[in-house]
Amino acid sequence: MSTPGINAAIDPTTRTVPPMGGFNLTMLGIEFRRLLRNKRTMIFTLVMPVLLYLIIGANTKYQNQSEGSGNTSAYILISMAAYGAVLAATSGGAMVANERALGWSRQLRLTPLSPIAYIFTKAMVSMLLGLSSVVAVNIVGVISNKAQMPTHVWIEAALIAWLGSVVFSAFGLFMGYLLPSENVMQVLGPVLAGLAALGGLWFPIDPSTGLGHISACTPIYGLAYLARWPLYGGAPHLAWIANLVFWLVVFVAGAAWRMSKDTARV
Amino acid sequence: MTNPLAAVSLSGVTKDFGDVHAVRGIDLTIEPGEVVAFLGPNGAGKTTTIDMILGLSSPTTGTATVLGLDPREAIARGLVSAVMQSGGLLKDLTVRETVEYTASLFADTRPVDEVLATAGIAGIADRLVQKCSGGEQQRLRFAMALLSDPALLLLDEPTTGMDVEGRRAFWASIRTDAARGRTVLFATHYLEEADQYADRIVLVSHGKIVADGSGSEIKSLASGRTVRATMADVNTDALAALGGVDSVEVRGESVYVHTKDSDTVARYLLTQTSARDLEITAKGLEEAFLNLTGDHAEGAVQ
Repeated sequence: MSTPGINAAIDPTTRTVPPMGGFNLTMLGIEFRRLLRNKRTMIFTLVMPVLLYLIIGANTKYQNQSEGSGNTSAYILISMAAYGAVLAATSGGAMVANERALGWSRQLRLTPLSPIAYIFTKAMVSMLLGLSSVVAVNIVGVISNKAQMPTHVWIEAALIAWLGSVVFSAFGLFMGYLLPSENVMQVLGPVLAGLAALGGLWFPIDPSTGLGHISACTPIYGLAYLARWPLYGGAPHLAWIANLVFWLVVFVAGAAWRMSKDTARV
Repeated sequence: MTNPLAAVSLSGVTKDFGDVHAVRGIDLTIEPGEVVAFLGPNGAGKTTTIDMILGLSSPTTGTATVLGLDPREAIARGLVSAVMQSGGLLKDLTVRETVEYTASLFADTRPVDEVLATAGIAGIADRLVQKCSGGEQQRLRFAMALLSDPALLLLDEPTTGMDVEGRRAFWASIRTDAARGRTVLFATHYLEEADQYADRIVLVSHGKIVADGSGSEIKSLASGRTVRATMADVNTDALAALGGVDSVEVRGESVYVHTKDSDTVARYLLTQTSARDLEITAKGLEEAFLNLTGDHAEGAVQ
């Protein structure tokens, strides 16, 4: 960093453009501190999935009931980790709504930060939050000692739940650009709970029924089944992967479309 | 300062929003180190023009360049900063974090501590933005704008909410930086402020520049006085024929004579006509402003 003397003449020809569109670790660090400071987000994305697991999954009945290579507690643990990742990734993405409402996005456009670097940062922050949520559920799962599954299933399921939640980073961004409000998550929270139920994350839905067909078309379906797949092994269904990819494309396209329209003064 | 390029160059710039012609053709060149006031009523096109200088929107026709660069290029090099009146801050960051965050985005910046001290907010560096007063938030916005030591600074109503002392200190520092070659363009409703602190006043109305000159040049447009009297049966032709009279208006029982020689008009009215309740008022900058911008009825000047 050059520090021109306070009385030196201003020479525009010496100025340069920052590398990587202005992306840097200082900014990323402050963004993450900001997340940790937000009690509502922390309770919503870290505490709630953990509590849900402890209330629903961690009991003796489910501990003794077998499910794939593990028990029902393990099944619920994976589901809750995925739910936490979905909530966290969406919250992270939806932060842009707040930033637009406050005029921060506009302020950033008066700096060298490129829109791509900005979106990349938001995506990284939301994925970091998603990872924290998955890790929290899994740590509590290990400590409470009810869920049982082979170690590789623990790891694989956690990784899939986390990586698959990138779909919801894009969803959060899309909604953040679509809904110009400071409290988007108050709207999206119930929506996600509904989608989780429809996608078979709370309880299994018989795929041969009408509801089963609808379920297979909703955005959480693919993630729910893929995250629990290591518990059962075998080949993953093509429908699960297709569902995940389809919604990722839809949400990324939607976010990109809204972003390109985002020229209004807010 | 061997920079031959204009700080701001607008040539034939127009901007339409659908059927609305917000800017109808502006040509403007601002030299490095000039302090220019952008004066005009709401809806005159000031904000739209500033947005184009900042590269937040593109002209419908014409070109806008900043220091010889495309506006976005100039922003990417940290050459242009703007301070808005409100918003633009994250409530859940501290003052220091806000400045550090902004500083991290530029290739070259002044040290964060120095900028905090200069802006007088070093003492509240660890306070959350949402706990800061309006004045403190405004200081923070200035700190952020000055981080990159910009060559061009755009300000929207810069001293709103400042006390007299704060205003004086603010303009003193703007002057110091202008001497180093920083160009300042500020939008304002305060005619006195424009007159007092700008080298040059650019008056905008209905998307066009209607006057451009020094404060005294703009004021000379407003020279003369208005003589008002109550009378029936006004002979407007006789009044208009008096030396120095610019215009005569009749509104109900009152006649308004705009003139460079109020004595002659007063003498004529009192000795040759039945006029009574005579009043003579000097045309201020406000009135010149209203005349030039043609917005009498709207009372757009605060």
